[in-house]
Amino acid sequence: MSGPPVLGALVEFRQLDLFAAQSSGVHRLDARAKVVVVLAFVVCVMSFGRYAVASLLPYFAFPVLVAIWAQLPFAMLARKVAMVVPIAVLIGLPNPFFDREMVLHVAGLGISGGWISLVSIVLRALLAAAAAIVLVAVTGFPAVCGALERLGMPKALAVQLLFLYRYLTVLGEEALRMTTARELRGGGRKLSIRLYGVLVGRLLMRTWDRAERIYLAMCARGFVGDFNSGPVSRFGWRDLAFVGGCCGAFLLFRVRDVVQVVGNAALGGGR
Amino acid sequence: MHMADALLSPAVGGMMWGATAVTVAYCARRLQADPDERRVPLMGVLGAFLFAAQMINFSIPGTGSSGHLGGGLLLAILLGPHAAFLVVASVLMVQALFFADGGLLALGCNIFNLGFFPAFIGYPLYRRLCGPAPGPGRAAGAAIVAAIVSLQLGAFGVVLETVGSGISALPFGTFVLFMLPIHFAIGIVEGLVTAAVVSFVRATRPEVLPSATSVGSSIRSVAVTFLALAMALGGVGAWYASKDPDGLEWSVARVTGSSEQNSPDTAVHAALGRIQQQIALLPDYNFRKPAEEGGQARGDGAADNETRLGTSVAGIVGGLITLVVAVVIGTLLARRARRSGMRN
Repeated sequence: MSGPPVLGALVEFRQLDLFAAQSSGVHRLDARAKVVVVLAFVVCVMSFGRYAVASLLPYFAFPVLVAIWAQLPFAMLARKVAMVVPIAVLIGLPNPFFDREMVLHVAGLGISGGWISLVSIVLRALLAAAAAIVLVAVTGFPAVCGALERLGMPKALAVQLLFLYRYLTVLGEEALRMTTARELRGGGRKLSIRLYGVLVGRLLMRTWDRAERIYLAMCARGFVGDFNSGPVSRFGWRDLAFVGGCCGAFLLFRVRDVVQVVGNAALGGGR
Repeated sequence: MHMADALLSPAVGGMMWGATAVTVAYCARRLQADPDERRVPLMGVLGAFLFAAQMINFSIPGTGSSGHLGGGLLLAILLGPHAAFLVVASVLMVQALFFADGGLLALGCNIFNLGFFPAFIGYPLYRRLCGPAPGPGRAAGAAIVAAIVSLQLGAFGVVLETVGSGISALPFGTFVLFMLPIHFAIGIVEGLVTAAVVSFVRATRPEVLPSATSVGSSIRSVAVTFLALAMALGGVGAWYASKDPDGLEWSVARVTGSSEQNSPDTAVHAALGRIQQQIALLPDYNFRKPAEEGGQARGDGAADNETRLGTSVAGIVGGLITLVVAVVIGTLLARRARRSGMRN
């Protein structure tokens, strides 16, 4: 994971995009079904109280199951998801300081509520990241946009997202070339704000020219304000079963304490 | 300044999704009325530009640390507020989906905090401070003020959303005192960077920058909508925040009540149930009740109501502060609109 941040981000972006090009049972589901299920998943997970730890664990089943079903490379996904841990720890760290009431005594060691909620925050962050990454990996970004549009997102935003998606790597590479060139000639000096203005201003002007060329090319090809996104998928009984099954399971995990069964293995094994 | 799913309750997240959806629809409609098709690819590519520009770090003088562009204000200066809001929204959506940055539930919060304030509060302020033909110093000053105001409001939004959700234990006052000064400094840097890029563009290709167009009364109506939302978030959202843990408490209590075993994880559950009873009804941003030792009496309705009252009061006080800030800005905008009306 060395190299400039631009490069790292581009690599991440492409890896995830390639997963979406595969074909599996999950990949073939209607994109709307997957979007709805993932949103329900996130809402269910985040609706738990501050000290929920054990009750969150069953929810890991969903991303794991989908990843296996879609035959996604598990280690790579896990690494992507785990990248949120430092940030989650950072935003959860105030809790042990402000919430110091001892609530738990394990082997003579007192644990405050703050530490429990810190663990809860890290678990939430992992689940949220896993949900988002799995959604893109089994659906693909253009299909997610299409689904959102069919679920009511304005067309202007859908077109905007598709443009952004198409030119992300192009401009990312442009930025990469510019920063590499500056680093090679800069003699190890850091980038000052004034020079940053020049560098980014130059990138902006190139972007502007590119937009002009794209516009002319679009006109030449008869662009009428919409992308041709291939055949429109139908919402079939498979999709309905997927939505029903998943949402039902999420609700069950939310209402019933499945932890008594699943948590026994998860917590007992860890200690 | 990304808000994270992990700190968010569905009530607050859903409310901000609603606020963002309304703003997206409004912006999309405004853009549809604009016949210039050239804008469509321009917006798309500028989104990619913003993404790339955010990955180039500059060094912040005197600190040894580095920062990157936020870009909401820059986009608003280049594209106008409506297009800028949609571009920021698209960038944040890609970040949430591909990089798990923020998260899906927090998307509404993030688009609102990082898109609405620069486009609809910061940008009008910038135009007002800049005047029709600004010199470089004045343009930079205007950018800095506008960036500071946008970031302060955005940071305050993060505080309200976090405290209203009740997952983080950070008390309201501490969090505000932490976030606002930091984002004041970040605002200065953001303003300087924005001014640097704009001045480069002005020097090399001034025709790219739009001429001073009126951002009139429609902004005011948006600002009013925002106020209503802020109050709703402060009042109702905070109320839900304290109500939410009850469901878990209920289910945990049920489990602990029905099981007899003494296995360690049952002890964990029992303890968790007790924590719920002791703390969840009294989040840290509440008015604390006088110390009591029992913990049993707190489950009753009166204590519950009292807690809810305290939570709502904390939320509404926060909302009122935003209200004051927004009223000042709204008044400035109104006066400006009136004056430009008279000039015409």
